[in-house]
Amino acid sequence: MSAAWLPVLPVVAPLLAAPLWLVVRRPQVAWWGSMAVGAVAFAAAAALLVTVLRNGPVDYAFGGWPPPIGIAYRIDLLGAFVLVLVSGVSWVVSWAGGRGVEREVDEPRRALFFSAYLLCLAGLSGMVLTGDLFNLFVFLEISSLSTYVLVAAGRDRRALPASFRYLIMGTVGATFVLIGIGLLYAGTGTLNMADLAARLPEAFDRRAVHTGIVFLIVGIAIKAALFPLHHWLPDAYARAPGVVSAFLAATATKVAIYVFIRVVFFVFGAQATLEALAVQHTLTALAAAAVVFGSWAALRQDDTKRLLAYSSVAQIGYIVLGLMLADVAGLQAGLTHLFNHALMKGALFLALVAVVYHGGGQRLSDLAGLGARMPLTAAVIVIGGLSLIGVPLTAGFVGKWLLVEAAAAKGAWWLIAVVVVGSVFALGYVGRMLEALYFRAPAAQGGAGIAEAPLGLLVPALVLAAANLYFGIDTRLSAGLAGRVAAALGGAG
Amino acid sequence: MNGVAHAWLIVALMMSGLYIVMASAHLFKKLIGLSVFQVSVFMLYISLGVVEGAAPPIVEPGVDAYSNPLPHVLILTAIVVGIATMALALALLVRIRRAYGTLDEAALAAKDEDA
Repeated sequence: MSAAWLPVLPVVAPLLAAPLWLVVRRPQVAWWGSMAVGAVAFAAAAALLVTVLRNGPVDYAFGGWPPPIGIAYRIDLLGAFVLVLVSGVSWVVSWAGGRGVEREVDEPRRALFFSAYLLCLAGLSGMVLTGDLFNLFVFLEISSLSTYVLVAAGRDRRALPASFRYLIMGTVGATFVLIGIGLLYAGTGTLNMADLAARLPEAFDRRAVHTGIVFLIVGIAIKAALFPLHHWLPDAYARAPGVVSAFLAATATKVAIYVFIRVVFFVFGAQATLEALAVQHTLTALAAAAVVFGSWAALRQDDTKRLLAYSSVAQIGYIVLGLMLADVAGLQAGLTHLFNHALMKGALFLALVAVVYHGGGQRLSDLAGLGARMPLTAAVIVIGGLSLIGVPLTAGFVGKWLLVEAAAAKGAWWLIAVVVVGSVFALGYVGRMLEALYFRAPAAQGGAGIAEAPLGLLVPALVLAAANLYFGIDTRLSAGLAGRVAAALGGAG
Repeated sequence: MNGVAHAWLIVALMMSGLYIVMASAHLFKKLIGLSVFQVSVFMLYISLGVVEGAAPPIVEPGVDAYSNPLPHVLILTAIVVGIATMALALALLVRIRRAYGTLDEAALAAKDEDA
């Protein structure tokens, strides 16, 4: 296989396949086709990771124009790491998509649903791969626009206002990013990330550059749903079709955080940005607030998807807390939790898709008694939930443990207190789900048809649950790689 | 003031747009605000390409100073993205109106509480 076009394959394959389902409007064909494309993207991402591990960063110049004149891709260890995560989880989730859309999306829209899914995947992959700031904005908008479509694709009419609100917030965020890019261009005269990183130190004192950096960071924070810019997230996740919630929770906010790491640590230079612009203190405070507020809000939800959505707000907080320690240990903790959280939320949201498949509802009370009726789905919720709390031998434990270690090494004891408070709340909201599953009698009326979900849903959910256990024990691919990425970042910053 | 007047205009537009997005209770008005906000950014980019005393970036004999065409090309892309966003948002509004019979935020929330 020629490796020359390997870097663009994860973007080009889904981008080319997406319009096909406009022509061939057969849901089954679209589903199988999308899975095949997802597999290609994942294989390419894995091959890229192997190449980067062996030979160092991979470069690709579009149309043969050398950077900084042309648009270039540059895939380093961080990019390959996140790309494998995004394409891997989205592939497993699309696997569940075939069955998942049966209940939640109307027949004429099912094929188009997969078009939007592939476009979103292409956009997210592009954001990870690109080495050009303006190109980043374009991919950001490709993924965002298709996300709004996906959120509104279901039958629940409440998804429509939720999608609209997400569109307004998302577009404001993307436009902030655009303003930031424009001001940085005005200050330095370049859009290529590597070139920008080289030119920024001497231009750093210009006010246009400062303003640009702040606009960019705020825009990304909206996309990452960092407290208090998270308002779009709970509604969008709760009202979207379940498969979409799983896909977004596992990938979209993760890629936004990846972009944050990319621009702050690679392009702007961690030292200069975090200290000179007081970014570090601000974001640490917001992230700590996100952990406490998100976990507390999750505890008070009655709707299981909203509960998981608020828990996502809290998990973003943990990740940013780790990153904002700004040393190798903290970065490793943040990246590890980013990786593991994608697995947890993917598994949990897919389990909820399985719950509603046979007519179950998404309220906590609808889980009552399902432990006996849907033992495997319930097992996925248990594993995902324990991972969310951070119980040892699950993936969630690894990230939190690394975070606590990193905080202890810096003497940030209050941060450990925040993690403990968040975990206690997590114990509470996961406990409420488990209590309903196993210790509550099923609702008297109806529910006779409720049985285990079909294999097409169950197997992907179980795969993600198993990944939660696997990465709780063998952390070479998660924490190990995250450590290497962090070490490289530490050297760069 | 001279030389930065355009910047004041752009910032005024930007802030009015954002204010309309935040302050309107009607979804369509929010969209108008969003559009104003985006247009202000287009103008920001276009103004970045200005080189004083330079000709438009079309090669002609006897001209040696050209304006910078790159921001113009960039913003062309952003305008296309803006149109796509607008089209999608309008489509959503059509479906919201069909499903709820209103585009007023408070009325929408009230209708969902009944259901």
